Amino acid sequence: MLLERIVSACLRGLCRLFTGAQPRWLCDPRSLAPRVYFANHCSHLDTVVVWSTLPETLRERTRPVAARDYWGHGTVRRFIAERVFDALLIDRKAAEGAEQVEQHRQQTLDAMTAVLDSERSLILYPEGTRGSGSAVQPFRAGLYHLARARPGVPLVPVYLGNLARILPKGAALPVPMQGQVVFGPELRIAIGEDKHMFLERCRQAVLELAGGRA
Amino acid sequence: MSLFADRELAWMIGGILVFLSIASLIAWVLKGRARTESAQATVANLVARIRAWWAMVFVFGIAIATGGYGSLVMFAIVSFLAMREFMTLLPTRRADHRAMVWTFFLFLPAQYLFVAIGWYGMFALLIPVYAYLLLPSVQVLAGDTEDFLARTSRLQWVLMICVFCVSHAPALQMLDIPGYEGQGAKLLLFLVVVTQISDVLQYTVGKLFGKRKAVPTVSPNKTVEGYLGGGGLAVLIGTALWWATPFAPWQAALLSLVIVLAGIAGGLVMSAVKRDRQVKDFGALIPGHGGVLDRIDSLCFSAPLFFHLTRFFFT
Repeated sequence: MLLERIVSACLRGLCRLFTGAQPRWLCDPRSLAPRVYFANHCSHLDTVVVWSTLPETLRERTRPVAARDYWGHGTVRRFIAERVFDALLIDRKAAEGAEQVEQHRQQTLDAMTAVLDSERSLILYPEGTRGSGSAVQPFRAGLYHLARARPGVPLVPVYLGNLARILPKGAALPVPMQGQVVFGPELRIAIGEDKHMFLERCRQAVLELAGGRA
Repeated sequence: MSLFADRELAWMIGGILVFLSIASLIAWVLKGRARTESAQATVANLVARIRAWWAMVFVFGIAIATGGYGSLVMFAIVSFLAMREFMTLLPTRRADHRAMVWTFFLFLPAQYLFVAIGWYGMFALLIPVYAYLLLPSVQVLAGDTEDFLARTSRLQWVLMICVFCVSHAPALQMLDIPGYEGQGAKLLLFLVVVTQISDVLQYTVGKLFGKRKAVPTVSPNKTVEGYLGGGGLAVLIGTALWWATPFAPWQAALLSLVIVLAGIAGGLVMSAVKRDRQVKDFGALIPGHGGVLDRIDSLCFSAPLFFHLTRFFFT
């Protein structure tokens, strides 16, 4: 427990030092009800930044969704993912064959709904993979399926700015710069809302928080 | 070099505390008198500024009181924060990443290390020679030539302003001035007091009596009255502090004038940078003031000039 606390404090301190990130809240930061935070994805820093800018009471009950192929490898990364972030590690690589793909999707969805059912929140990146930081890619369907499975759970768009410049894809060391974290107003899926329209609405919700500075 | 061993240093710090107390008192009186909305906004900003001054004086006081290394570490942190703000505003490309990492993790610590060990040659050459040649080499190896000259120039400029120039302030303590050994902290305090009081008085005189805009296209709030009145008063204060320095009163007056003029130039140049990048402030770290770089813009210009004039004439 002590080691987790020390690593957690160090990570938050380093995050503060390198990104100067102060969160801006457009929804209630004190609400303890489970939520799904979804953010644009452009850096390995994304999870650290969202996680460390959440107030402690929320951080304790929030589990980032992370790719097993990155965060499940190496002793340090694994320790941070499992013991510090309490991340929900999922397999990005879909299995071969339509049946297995469907099964894999269902397993991932079940894992995520189980977290929400245990009164905890999720952080996920509907783009699926890190972009270049200059644009937000189209969202994948996972967010839609999750929203359909638990329509009562509020979805919070999160905009992460400048993080791709601080730690771009392929870079080992970060350049300290001022990052941006904006937690947007809660939204929910409408009854019978079309998949593509819903996903595009969510994507626009993230883009709107950028305030013209995508 | 401790605060308690040097009575002159204690007097200077005591003077700053009295000055700030008076400022707080005036702000408190003004707060009760402000009627219109714009007056209340001005007073609220004034209160925020003065509160931030207390915090800055507290931090700087501790840095000075812990001897040369304390202020060295403080200025290294200031350089780091200033460069972090400045880098945020730069239009950089992916290919600049490695060179930017070098500015933060190699050149910044190395520059302050050379100040710490008192190696004047490397202190003076590290950034203008070694970083000047190494950074574009690192950038060119990334293979992206788009906008290359501008990209490499920006990086050089940021490093010069935020690290090279700022490091001249704590470096004052490594000067060997005959008859003034081990008293460099007062020289540093003299520079910082004259630079900052000049900013404060220009602002105050400008707000009270300012009529003619001095440079409307760059910084619309600056007035001729503010420059002359505030700058003139700052020179008087600098002159009146001669007893804490190795200078005669007339020398303190001339050096104060240089500090004030350099500070004005620094403020204007950094305003132009902000206009160019279309931001109002470099950051929001210091309430009422903006970012760290907004507070030290004048010091960036006054520190190297004051350092080299003192070094040339007094060592």
